[in-house]
Amino acid sequence: MTSTGHFQSHYIPNTLQEQAAMLATINARSIDELFADIPVAFRNPDLNLPEPLSELEIQKELSGFAAKNRVLSSGPSFLGAGSYNHFIPSIVKALITRGEFLTAYTPYQPEVSQGTLQVIYEFQTLIANLYEMEVANAGMYDGATSLAEGVLMACRVTRRDKAIVINSVSPAYQQVIQTYCQAQGIEIATSSPSAVSPTQETACIVAQYPNFIGGIEDLEHYSELAHNSGALLVISSDPMAMGMLKPPGEYGADIVTGEGQPLGIPTSYGGPYLGLFATKQEYIRQMPSRIVGRTVDTQGRSGFVLTLQTREQHIRRERATSNICTNEALYALASTIYLSAMGKQGFRKLSELCYHKAHYAANEISKLSGYTVHDANPFFQEFVINCPVPARKINQTLLDHNILGGLDLSDSTYSELLPSNVINGMLVCVTEMNSKEDIDALVSVLKGIE
Amino acid sequence: MNPDDRKYTKEHEWVKIQDTTSNLAVVGITQYAQDQLGDVVYIDMPDIGSNIVHMEKMGEIESVKAVSDLFSPVSGEVTKVNGELLDHPELVNEDPYNEGWILQVILSDPQELEVLISAGEYESFVEEA
Repeated sequence: MTSTGHFQSHYIPNTLQEQAAMLATINARSIDELFADIPVAFRNPDLNLPEPLSELEIQKELSGFAAKNRVLSSGPSFLGAGSYNHFIPSIVKALITRGEFLTAYTPYQPEVSQGTLQVIYEFQTLIANLYEMEVANAGMYDGATSLAEGVLMACRVTRRDKAIVINSVSPAYQQVIQTYCQAQGIEIATSSPSAVSPTQETACIVAQYPNFIGGIEDLEHYSELAHNSGALLVISSDPMAMGMLKPPGEYGADIVTGEGQPLGIPTSYGGPYLGLFATKQEYIRQMPSRIVGRTVDTQGRSGFVLTLQTREQHIRRERATSNICTNEALYALASTIYLSAMGKQGFRKLSELCYHKAHYAANEISKLSGYTVHDANPFFQEFVINCPVPARKINQTLLDHNILGGLDLSDSTYSELLPSNVINGMLVCVTEMNSKEDIDALVSVLKGIE
Repeated sequence: MNPDDRKYTKEHEWVKIQDTTSNLAVVGITQYAQDQLGDVVYIDMPDIGSNIVHMEKMGEIESVKAVSDLFSPVSGEVTKVNGELLDHPELVNEDPYNEGWILQVILSDPQELEVLISAGEYESFVEEA
């Protein structure tokens, strides 16, 4: 800052003369005066930062930091709990990095972005098919926010403001639901799977399929309970399980959401991911996010458009069905390419691989003394085991053998959703990425820790 | 021309008494309103049996370019909604005073009609707007 109180920086494009003119227009003496509301002590404080580095130096430093990470590809992983290690064919990255596609945005000039619109249209079709629902939107931020938007939507549709969330829904998702609903006067009650009792005031029953600890719950029962009370059934469902399990749509689910990460998106640090959202045609006007439709132009040629835009914020303002317009278009594209590359048969085979490998692992672990597998509920690719010593210790030993173990369930966050007979619990996840050798190595290390 | 067999609001709705003994009335939007909205594509109507309140929001009307609140000219219980509008919302544009009616209501307070304006008053209101 100069003595006259004007900024001059590489990053501020206006000149000192222009700044003076702007200040004069609003009768301010200096830029400092514009920030008078911020106490002086907090204005441009000394940050005690090291001297700037050259690009060469900073790359070396950051590479050093990055080398401290243990990447998933460096050894077998049995960690899931909402973020899943699946194979990503190289065609996904090859295509999404093409300049024509490389954007995280849905188009603002939809009519000139026919390619992007077609991708979103195909994506919607795939997601609707996966979940056996009538319509799907262009995508949301991630699985948690999709589910929370599902609760808001159920309240709009039913004009009720109470939701029942089954306690086996991911604790992280439950927190996001709470965050979304707290300022809207929506009351969230949690319930164990066996004690769900909706009333005439209940907007929706919210369940996860498979649930957070891998179990497959009775959706037919929830569907009946919900619909007998005039409530909606809102399901968060792992899309990867859809290659094997009966989709939520067949059980009469009204809103189906999901985490799209398993479909060709790297686990990264827990994001960015992709929210999936599907519903019934009759509720489409209450559905959040953008929707692409196919139509014909004045000359009868096929084309794609953003449709039902009157639900959106640029038209409906504060009464919009959601404030999403920057979504995860790039990852919606990734999942579209992924699903297309897998194909119907390939996708089914992949689901079966996850299922059979997980069941092989569970069976082998159940033979070990000191370990129990909780299989009261059928499961897909994740299951809870009891360990002879705290899971934290087991994970340390596994890491010594270059194996990333399952989720340690000792944290109090999980106590509500675990059966009471879980002791030293660990949530183990097995996908197609785990070879028989990996699973045998896991079992052999576990055996040594009796 | 706005028919003078009914009353109007400055929010561009009309209400027409159908039966004075049972206080049954029909509600819709005006010619001027449909013209300003453009092609109507969807109407969110209240549930049959629900109660609507004088000058409070009773639903929404959506055209290709905007969504607007529908205000209720009177208070009362909704006895019927125009189901035809679900498949043919364009009736509101084509014939707002007859085929494009929105709902039927039993007035709970016929006195409320006193504060509504006549066809003539509505016309001059719209001309000034």
